Amino acid sequence: MKALVRGAILIAATAAILMIINAQLAKSGAQSGGNTLTVYNWGEYIDPDLIKQFEKETGINVIYETFDSNEGMMGKIEQGGTSYDITVPSEYMVEMMREKDLLIPLDYDKIPNIKNIDPYFRDLPFDPNSTYSIPYFWGTLGIAYNPSLLDGQTFESWDNLWDPSLKQEAVLVDSAREVIGMSLNSLGYSLNSTNVDELREATDKLKTLSPNIKAVIGDEVTQMMMNNEAAVSLIWSGQAADMMSENEDITYVVPEEGSNLWFDNIVIPKTVKNIDGAYEFINFMLRPEVAAQNADYVGYSTPNKEALSLLDPEVVSDERYYPDEEARDHLEVYKDLGLEMLGTYNEFFLEFKMNMK
Amino acid sequence: MMRDLKRMVRRMKTNRASLRLSMVPYSLWIILFVIAPIGLIVYYSFFDLSGNFTFDNYKNFFTSVYLKLTVSSFWYAFLITFFSLLISYPTAYFLTKLKHKQLWLLLIIIPSWINLLLKTYAFIGLMGLYGPVNALLETVGIGKQQILFTDFSFVFVSVYIFIPFMILPIFNALDKLNPALIDASRDLGANAWTTFRRVIWPLTLNGVKSGVQVVFIPALSLFMITRLIAGNKVITLGTAIEQQFLVTQNWGMGSTIAVFLILFMVVILLLTTANERGMAGSGKKR
Repeated sequence: MKALVRGAILIAATAAILMIINAQLAKSGAQSGGNTLTVYNWGEYIDPDLIKQFEKETGINVIYETFDSNEGMMGKIEQGGTSYDITVPSEYMVEMMREKDLLIPLDYDKIPNIKNIDPYFRDLPFDPNSTYSIPYFWGTLGIAYNPSLLDGQTFESWDNLWDPSLKQEAVLVDSAREVIGMSLNSLGYSLNSTNVDELREATDKLKTLSPNIKAVIGDEVTQMMMNNEAAVSLIWSGQAADMMSENEDITYVVPEEGSNLWFDNIVIPKTVKNIDGAYEFINFMLRPEVAAQNADYVGYSTPNKEALSLLDPEVVSDERYYPDEEARDHLEVYKDLGLEMLGTYNEFFLEFKMNMK
Repeated sequence: MMRDLKRMVRRMKTNRASLRLSMVPYSLWIILFVIAPIGLIVYYSFFDLSGNFTFDNYKNFFTSVYLKLTVSSFWYAFLITFFSLLISYPTAYFLTKLKHKQLWLLLIIIPSWINLLLKTYAFIGLMGLYGPVNALLETVGIGKQQILFTDFSFVFVSVYIFIPFMILPIFNALDKLNPALIDASRDLGANAWTTFRRVIWPLTLNGVKSGVQVVFIPALSLFMITRLIAGNKVITLGTAIEQQFLVTQNWGMGSTIAVFLILFMVVILLLTTANERGMAGSGKKR
């Protein structure tokens, strides 16, 4: 009994000490207001030097936290424990957060640098009049492939993925809207189709792709392509850019039937504490030289038209990263189809995955 | 005499009081962390996306996709358990014969202290087209093989991960086995096989059962390995639950699958513990 009591006291004491240490550490963690600004962004999605520069110029202390999924990010904002001042949702998530009343309308008088943003990227369907969001980066979905591992196979069309010579070669991203959407596009339907017959047709077509599929995985695909482990992959333009910077054999195309055009956008969430700091940060990020440096570091396409002239002309004129407006006509932006439809997409995707052998 | 009796009664009373007191944290724990979460899962399983009460989730589970999913989960869990047992029983047996058996046991258990995700990533490197395994196959003259993203790689990595959990209870059961019984069996003329079949196996069966429980049940709901090692070519109930909660945000359907998973686990537990009553479950203790 004595030993038991002693043991219990020991455990309680240890727990108390750990709690005190934890509380001390938490104090130095995310807490904005005053002179700090909490930025909640995707991993590897900003040049760290720019944060330092911003801190030096404004005297604001930036706390930078990262997330890896839109849904996870929204969950934390909804729960409201941390006072995030800036976050960067994708377009359909802007729509969802807007509906859930998690965003603050932007006061453009405080963002004079908005003039640098290409008008094409303003007033997009997911955020009419750009009330809540400013595009941060944009890109496409396409096929990254390594010609040195393939016998002259090219990918002008999504249907090329179905070529019998690609047995066990293709890697797809583990995401329902992208994979089903690719099949929908190949059939000439809209990426935002809510017609169950069309979805069924797309899924049945996908099932015939099974012999060509090596795997359906997440971010690991980038590494696999770099190491010549995989020859073909369905992937976003930014990740394709990462692959190409490591492995020069790889190239990226957006098939002619069309594809997805996506945007990640800067917003001010409801959890904001330091609203002036947030505006200052947005304005800073919209400066042409800052946007250019950031785009150069991250590798995605910037919507900042003044920044384009500061970037490597070879990149800017590359149709794969900066498709001209005519090419963009074939591209579609995801709409938030509602949870019901998202469920349907995932059900079809699950059916396809179940049939992969 | 009388005084002794009184003292005994008093002691029993205080014992009962302190027993009741010591039950408080335990019951709280059970209520908060076992009963309440299961209750919540069952509760959520009766709601659809817009928060209306419904049995649709259950109806949905009995469509071909989810039934197929269940069957394939069971099949892979069976394979994983079978191969784990096949490797673990002889290993545990030889371990008990070794001189420094606790040290050897420790060496087998140490890998289970390393984070699962790290081990899984290590296998991606090992089994890749340019990894050491394929390099070896090439020098032997077999040539490069696609190892990753196959049934083989999935079962292999899962078995590797579960082996320590299978070895432990079996080792304990074998270690507690009285060697005199084996000697007696041999003295009475039984050969090695008969001794194993009639003496060793029945006496260590409880260890095997606990081993099967701790492997089969988690194997039913493996999810991360299905993506990283099997490239989603193997899909388990666990994958489906993860998708429903994180991607589709359909907590109702996710909970319904979880309810069925819990039911399956209860059935397995009942099946594997059916005849254990009365016997000291030697395998259960560490």
